[in-house]
Amino acid sequence: MIFEVFRQEKKGQAFAHAGSIEAPDAAFADAWAREQYGRRGESAALWLVPRDAVHQVNDWADEFDLKYRRVDGYSIKGRLKEARERASSTAPVDR
Amino acid sequence: MSANAAREQEFLEYVQSGGQVESTDWLPADYRQKLIKFIEMHANSELMGVLPEREWILKAPTLQRKLALTAKVQDEVGHAQLIYRVAEDLGKPRDEMFADLLSGKAKFHNVFHYPTKTWGDVGVIAWLVDAAAIISQKALLKCSYAPYARIMKKICWEESFHILHGRDVVLAMMTGTPEQQELVQEAVNRWWGPLMQFHGNPIAREEDPMYLWRIKSQGNEEARQQFLEGYVPQIWELGLTVPDSNLGRGDDGVWVYSEPDWAELKSVVTGHGPRSQERLDFRRRFLEQEKWVRDSLVAA
Amino acid sequence: MNERAQLLLSIADDELIIGWRDSEWTGIAPTLEEDVAFSSIAQNEIGHARALYELAATELGSDADALAFDRAPEEYRCAQLVELHLLEWAHTIARRYLYEEADRVRLGALKESADSELAGVAAKIDREEVYHRMHAELWAARLRDESRFREAVEELWPYALGVLPQELRPELARRTGLSVDSTQAIERGTHTPELAELWQEMTEVRRSIPGAQW
Repeated sequence: MIFEVFRQEKKGQAFAHAGSIEAPDAAFADAWAREQYGRRGESAALWLVPRDAVHQVNDWADEFDLKYRRVDGYSIKGRLKEARERASSTAPVDR
Repeated sequence: MSANAAREQEFLEYVQSGGQVESTDWLPADYRQKLIKFIEMHANSELMGVLPEREWILKAPTLQRKLALTAKVQDEVGHAQLIYRVAEDLGKPRDEMFADLLSGKAKFHNVFHYPTKTWGDVGVIAWLVDAAAIISQKALLKCSYAPYARIMKKICWEESFHILHGRDVVLAMMTGTPEQQELVQEAVNRWWGPLMQFHGNPIAREEDPMYLWRIKSQGNEEARQQFLEGYVPQIWELGLTVPDSNLGRGDDGVWVYSEPDWAELKSVVTGHGPRSQERLDFRRRFLEQEKWVRDSLVAA
Repeated sequence: MNERAQLLLSIADDELIIGWRDSEWTGIAPTLEEDVAFSSIAQNEIGHARALYELAATELGSDADALAFDRAPEEYRCAQLVELHLLEWAHTIARRYLYEEADRVRLGALKESADSELAGVAAKIDREEVYHRMHAELWAARLRDESRFREAVEELWPYALGVLPQELRPELARRTGLSVDSTQAIERGTHTPELAELWQEMTEVRRSIPGAQW
């Protein structure tokens, strides 16, 4: 069985893929991965996931402009300038 | 241009512009084949590289050295595991790689075909052979094949400990008795030739198929120059000499040296080194002896 | 030498020599994955030996390296179980399994010791041994149906008894399910020729230039 190994470097951090390990079962995988990916104290925790359990999604249809959902879809500079000018030329609002 | 050729050309341009690919991506057949060959040789080198140093684990002269050397050799085995796994995912089973190694079909690095004669070799190997290796391995951090590039981070991190361990062993001896200093000098003399051959002949990188596919990101001579620039001053500062009277740094910053013995390199890596067959026999002995264990792991 | 120093040295020597034997697998274990795990165990055992030698060294006015390397082979106090040259996996695992069980019993007793320094080191060692026991049990379970493994356990059982003092042996027998009554233990105090061979190799570099620092 091949297990994908995810390693958390410090508590609180995200688990990142570190590699894989082949083992006859989960118990051997634990024993082996513990040493292969953590013997220097470089890992706070490991996740071992059977490779078969990992599903990849890597195809995205992005044919039309979808930027309205992202910050790079907005350019407010010009409008902001105009709004500020307009605000300063009218009577001050009572605050 | 056929559809396949166009696709391959597109792939080539992609990797040449710094792009990286994953195991699930489409890979040109030639790329996959070159990649497996390169990665397999790297894995074989880690695996065979443990043998020259392993002998000294049992002779280490202090508890601290014993622990550090065991940890270093353990790292090399761990690297072999990581690298073989990457090659396996490209489609070549580990048993097949072991078989090709033992039959001589697949190669391993020249430096691991030589004997280790004294504790001086232990220091010099960990310091200088690992230094030469880390230069190649750092360049692989940019390898176009991402799964291989990624494991290189862990490998380089561990190799830095090896170099420091080696340097510490050497420093202990260089600040020790005259006999100890002599052991280090003799080891440098023994390893210099193989070290200069290590990065390979100075083929222009554009003509190197491994560079073409961006499996490697630097040329052989670039790597050798980096090694000389980084380590010759470190060797000299300890009062050690390098057995090459032509060695020196030119005003342009380029190191000059005597032509390495390329015939020796070729002969050694094709299995005719002083310890090539002995080491392969040793490896074969334990692979065969413990086959029942691997079978019992697969069985249940 | 007082009793405390003798006890410390016998445990330290056990750990040193089994660590040395186990480290012989580094680079040639049955699988690469196991190789990495097994090397860690070897290092841990050597580390335990060092901690115990350090305790003994304060008592004896020596240092850990001198105690580990600079005694004559006959001065070592290790049990014969750890001396045997067993570069074969069934025997190696049989020894690891039996040694870990014996060590568990021994550490259990030491942790209760009135000698707080020793009890403290024993507790620290035991925290690492947890993983060694998991490893040994994993393998023992996996190889249980292999006749060569069962034979190796039987063959090494008299040696395993010799690791422990008389009063702790029934507990070891209970844990392993093997018999203490019908078995003549191979006692500590004499050595196999294999220890002298190991010592020759282990001290070769150190003896080559007397007094040198490495």
